[in-house]
Amino acid sequence: MLDQQYEVLSHVPPPAPASSSQKVKSMESSASKVSPQPNAHVTPKLRVQDFNFFYGPVQSLFKIDLEIPEHQVTAFIGPSGCGKSTLLRCMNRLNDLIEGARYEGGILLDDLDIFNPLIDITDLRKRVGMVFQKSNPFPKSIHENVAYGPRLQGLKNRVVLEEIVERSLRGAGLWEEVKDRLHKSALGLSGGQQQRLCIARALAVKPDVLLMDEPCSALDPIATAVIEELLFSLKKELTVVIVTHNMQQAARVSDQTAFMYLGQLVEFGRTKQLFTNPSKKQTEDYITGRFG
Amino acid sequence: MVQQRHFDEELAELKTKLARMACLAEDQIDKALTALVTRDAALACEVIERDHKVNAMDVEIDESCIELLALHQPAARDLRLVTTAMKLSTELERISDLAESICERAIELNEEPQLKPYIDIPRMGSLARVMVKESIDAFVKEDATLARKVIVDDDFVDDLMEQLFRELLSFMMENHHTISRAIRLSFIAKSLERVADHATNIAELVVYLVEGKIIRHTSPTAQS
Repeated sequence: MLDQQYEVLSHVPPPAPASSSQKVKSMESSASKVSPQPNAHVTPKLRVQDFNFFYGPVQSLFKIDLEIPEHQVTAFIGPSGCGKSTLLRCMNRLNDLIEGARYEGGILLDDLDIFNPLIDITDLRKRVGMVFQKSNPFPKSIHENVAYGPRLQGLKNRVVLEEIVERSLRGAGLWEEVKDRLHKSALGLSGGQQQRLCIARALAVKPDVLLMDEPCSALDPIATAVIEELLFSLKKELTVVIVTHNMQQAARVSDQTAFMYLGQLVEFGRTKQLFTNPSKKQTEDYITGRFG
Repeated sequence: MVQQRHFDEELAELKTKLARMACLAEDQIDKALTALVTRDAALACEVIERDHKVNAMDVEIDESCIELLALHQPAARDLRLVTTAMKLSTELERISDLAESICERAIELNEEPQLKPYIDIPRMGSLARVMVKESIDAFVKEDATLARKVIVDDDFVDDLMEQLFRELLSFMMENHHTISRAIRLSFIAKSLERVADHATNIAELVVYLVEGKIIRHTSPTAQS
């Protein structure tokens, strides 16, 4: 049942690039002030509906339809340039920053249309946090890195702030390693620790969804294993979407896997199913290393 | 520093499933013997009926192992555990099949008076059952010493089987009216001997799991 529920396939041939007469919303319209209403109990958490995406004249995503279930890890896999990072970055509208980017279709976070021109984009990014391939701590202390987000939101209460810092660092599995040097520079941490610090920084604003774009590709196997283990505890609190080049990583950590190729969603389903008996030959060829 | 792994929980779950399946298989043998000795056809039917549960667990364990291999690409001891588990569930499934076969013979035997008091068969049965239990204990505890003891015990069951076979042969030579019953009893003895063989196979798999050494089809001296 569950397989069918989440197996949303798009095998429609790529449509011709949208003409100007088609309904194309501008990505630059993030006026304000309707705050997204958090609704933790709705499953699925994110719904991508009939979604096309263009970088200028080039279409990079074709009619993507998928539902990301709450409190699970969903992995996007596929060869370079297949559009997996693009799709991920649409989920907190990070692509807004790219000139000429435009989209068709929609993405719903719970019931909120994330492209609604009235939503506050800062609120959206607070709810949908992101961790990147290369860890990017601020050149400040460990403590300040984590406290930065809550402070930006106007939180001044020192006690509450301390609590948030500890909770977030614990959540990222870093607390024990750094509790005695919270006020030392974050740049003194190892690569894996810096990446977990970035996760802690994202957790500090209590996001509903954590997007991870190749979070382990710059890390050694031990640091990778630590982050992978972390995902099992993180998903109890939030919904994780991870883009990875490493197929084995997707197999190990995810509940759902989406295989993308040339901007299309080839197959989406339970990871167990996809890695033991995929329904598409293309998926099978990719995960068995026959192409890609 | 030993890294905690989510994978370990899944491996532990696999072991639990196997232990549960082994309990069921042992119980099948136990009940089959009771059904034979007490001439209880209803109990025999119950054992036959229950075989499908063991079959279902065999499939379930197979599926779990395939998933673990596909999703985690285990190495070294982890790999040995998953591949051993796959083979082990087949051994347990066959043990349950043998219990079913014993029950079928027991039902047939009920149609005639009992040929002789059953002494060696229950003895063989309890020896074989203990072997199954100990081989599974050895698996759960990853104890190669216990596994090796099980392998040695197999000889006792083989000897009992020989002894019983000679006795049944003498019945048949003396009185041809006993032939059908004696043959059925020797089938049962053969089944119990096979149960002990499957326990031995499990024990050999445990030695592989623990030491990485394949001792199947080797001479006893090469097994130590």
